[in-house]
Amino acid sequence: MSASTLAAPAPPRQSARRRGTLALVGPSVLILAAWATVPLIMTLWYSFQNYNLVDPTQHGFAKFDNYTYLLSDPDFWSSLANTAFLVIGVLVITVGFGTLLAVLYDQAFPGRSIARVLVISPFFIMPTVAALLWKNLMLHPIYGVYSNMMRMVGLTPIDWMSHYPLFTLTLIVSWEWLPFAVLILLTAIQSLDGEQKEAARMDGAGPVARFFYIIIPHLRRAITVVVMIETIFLLTVFAEITVTTAGGPGVATTNLAFLIYSRALLQFDVGGGSAGGVIAIIIANIVAAFLVRSVARNLET
Amino acid sequence: MTPARKAALSRAALTIIGWGVALWVFFPILWMAMTGFKSEIDAVSTPPKFFFHPTLASYHEVFERANYWHFAINSIVISVLGTIVALLFSVPCAYAMAFSPTKRTRGTLLWMLSTKMLPPVGVLVPIYILARNAGLLDTRTGLVIVYVLMNLPITVWMLFTFFKEVPREILEAGRMDGATRLGEVWHVLLPLSLPGVASTALLSLILSWNESFWSLNLTSSNAAPLPSFIASFSSPEGLFFGKLSAASTLAVAPILVFGWLSQKQLVRGLTFGAVK
Repeated sequence: MSASTLAAPAPPRQSARRRGTLALVGPSVLILAAWATVPLIMTLWYSFQNYNLVDPTQHGFAKFDNYTYLLSDPDFWSSLANTAFLVIGVLVITVGFGTLLAVLYDQAFPGRSIARVLVISPFFIMPTVAALLWKNLMLHPIYGVYSNMMRMVGLTPIDWMSHYPLFTLTLIVSWEWLPFAVLILLTAIQSLDGEQKEAARMDGAGPVARFFYIIIPHLRRAITVVVMIETIFLLTVFAEITVTTAGGPGVATTNLAFLIYSRALLQFDVGGGSAGGVIAIIIANIVAAFLVRSVARNLET
Repeated sequence: MTPARKAALSRAALTIIGWGVALWVFFPILWMAMTGFKSEIDAVSTPPKFFFHPTLASYHEVFERANYWHFAINSIVISVLGTIVALLFSVPCAYAMAFSPTKRTRGTLLWMLSTKMLPPVGVLVPIYILARNAGLLDTRTGLVIVYVLMNLPITVWMLFTFFKEVPREILEAGRMDGATRLGEVWHVLLPLSLPGVASTALLSLILSWNESFWSLNLTSSNAAPLPSFIASFSSPEGLFFGKLSAASTLAVAPILVFGWLSQKQLVRGLTFGAVK
């Protein structure tokens, strides 16, 4: 500090403080900057290289070979379609039911706070547990609870995981993310002015009208946030696939994340995996641009 | 129907639906906890048994044969250490941003948020190679580093919003009394925002505990935490429903309790203050 008082004739305390601030913010910014740039540059670099972890004969600049190879691979396009199905499916289910449940748990009834805690619980279940729990205990074609219930009412149980693997995965991931949507949307509903709801009721608006004309418009912003945050996480759904289907049967449940993993870490094709990574980053950036803008509007410093 | 009866009826319907949905959503977790206390034969009986002789046999097997503690200790060490390190970085950072904002503070905060938008799978290859070259593959240190970086934007944001609620005057009064910045943070700011700091730490713990992308890809045995342990049950052992359920219950129970405790504050951290 003594050096700064010597060097700065103008308000010395001010500049010393500013330097202090830099020292406090700096470490976090530096490590995050490294985290955000170094791997990104490496992915870009590798995506233009011939690089196989177990095959030293492959090396050197590959131009756009990794990309053309990837883009001409039908597995890549099916992985994009699977990613889209999973992301959009989970979004529709979680936001749709999440809105309804948020309205439901905004109403007063006996034991509401316990019921809320129960609904939120799946969010805290680790993905590997959630996936195996559903695959085995709930949906196993012979021993699963759901299969048993179907048998009890005279139906033939469905082998969900083999016949509708991607759809089933979508349901499992939706179960994990529904609580997130409920939690966020419920918080947003509770910030809705009680008087406004009351006034609408006085004016003779029924529950349906109130839902569409007051609650939904009020929730628009919160729904946007839910959609964007979920999308970022859903692009990287991985553990659920690994422990249930390992991307199969065939490539039926291989999403972009699983494709990159299998290219890079199972086939050791660093170049090809990186090209996939670059594409994932581009998709995520498009989504993220919207999210950052929507948060920025709300930020006061 | 009189209005009073109508109100009573709709209240009853509401209660039934509200509880019905909640129990249906929670049922898989409840069933898992129950199955953990069944014998393997009861666990796969058809029709399923709601009433059974509880036994600890599955738990015994998980503890004795499956080496549960090795994974549990990895989980505890990695998530606790990762949370402490993340707080050591983010408390000073959020403090400076909340109480001495500059022109760049807003931009820095938004940029931190944007680093969260990088999908992990996009940088899987370089992180794997970096970890391998640094000898950090399958080490706790490697996962701690990744989790700190993964959670840092969230902890900075969350602490920032909590610190903003502490009146500036209180800190300034402390400063007049000659408190250093460290004293200011330690004796004034942290005690005043303790609930906020605690829920930030809880969120970081929860996210680290459940993280299943990096842990599956960067560890194999030595440093593998609980998500990998459960993944090892995927097949064909998954058919031992009792063992799978006991192990899963052990893996999720502590964090489920933390989650219940911090659910109200989670919204802030999870939405970066965009929803309040």
